[in-house]
Amino acid sequence: MKPSSIVQFEQVSKRYRFRYAVRDLTFSLPAGRIIGMIGANGSGKSTTLKLMAGLIRPSRGRVYVCGQQAERRMSRCVSYMSDMDALYGFYTAAELITFHERLFPDFDAAKAREMLAFMRLLPGQRAGDLSKGNLGRLKMVLALSRTAPLVLMDEPLSGLDPLVRQSILKGLLSFVDLSRQTLIMSTHEVAEIEPLLDTAVLMADGHVVDIRDIDELRTEYGLTLVDWMAERLSRPGTGYTGANQA
Amino acid sequence: MGDDFRSPQPIYLQLADRICREIVRGDRKPGDKLPSVRDMAMAAGVNPNTVQRVYAELERMQVAQTRRGQGTFVTEDGARLRTLREELMHERIASFVRDMTEMGFRQEEIVEGVRAHIKRGPDAAQQGGKTE
Repeated sequence: MKPSSIVQFEQVSKRYRFRYAVRDLTFSLPAGRIIGMIGANGSGKSTTLKLMAGLIRPSRGRVYVCGQQAERRMSRCVSYMSDMDALYGFYTAAELITFHERLFPDFDAAKAREMLAFMRLLPGQRAGDLSKGNLGRLKMVLALSRTAPLVLMDEPLSGLDPLVRQSILKGLLSFVDLSRQTLIMSTHEVAEIEPLLDTAVLMADGHVVDIRDIDELRTEYGLTLVDWMAERLSRPGTGYTGANQA
Repeated sequence: MGDDFRSPQPIYLQLADRICREIVRGDRKPGDKLPSVRDMAMAAGVNPNTVQRVYAELERMQVAQTRRGQGTFVTEDGARLRTLREELMHERIASFVRDMTEMGFRQEEIVEGVRAHIKRGPDAAQQGGKTE
């Protein structure tokens, strides 16, 4: 494994009963970057993130994160933000911060309070009473307040209006620490997210179609991320066989 | 976010170009400190790694200098800033002439068109384009 790669998949498949959610994934991702997972619904993005988080076990193959094989105890080095509204609604924002501080040794409560103010959230508000937008903000505060080397966010922008998306992205840029952290997120807001990304992972039908740096797409092919996605997905049967596997 | 980078040129080059224009326009003066990487990333809505690349590019162009532990500053080299101004002008003119030539305009037509446009003034020119 290359020293700079934070995530490595070796021939990983995940099967639910008779259906493969992802099949034969082999790739590695570099540390210190913001990486976007893009692709249609059902292409395997969420499953791939959950495998990285150690929340589900591969049916076959191995997943390495920070040099260790991924498992449930990985949660110490992975901060995972689910796309579900998984917060306890009766807790206030301040109580959730205290709760997370006890749960995760790397949780930085001071940073969390700073982000809360940045996001204009009130510490006394109950999670259950928050609007969808503010709940999205609160979830991001909790995910980014950990110093874990790998932060995973599953659809942090989905279902949110443009202004909320913008404030979440600003918060993300100002609080992620790329000298120590790698951020991987899945999203459908491809054009909106492009300026934030170093690297994009394109998935389709449970496969990784391709992995490219945004600068490379633009410098060498003159393509924006949306152009590239359209082009790659219109040429079926060309699985990813890039440098990462060599 | 506030900015979009829909042109397929690399984002770091678009942002470097924007900062050069701000310098030429005088919005950023010689010796001014550029925002920290994080602040610039937030303001432009881009990845901090991209801003680092932008500052490295400006340094390579000798338009900015990074001082260890202090940040990145617009150069105080007046001669360099004058050539930067020239470079930006020539770049724009070159791309304009290329466009016009592609559409089949002859050199004299282009020069005459520019001269007439400037004579009419910026507001009149826009209207002229619409009424014709």
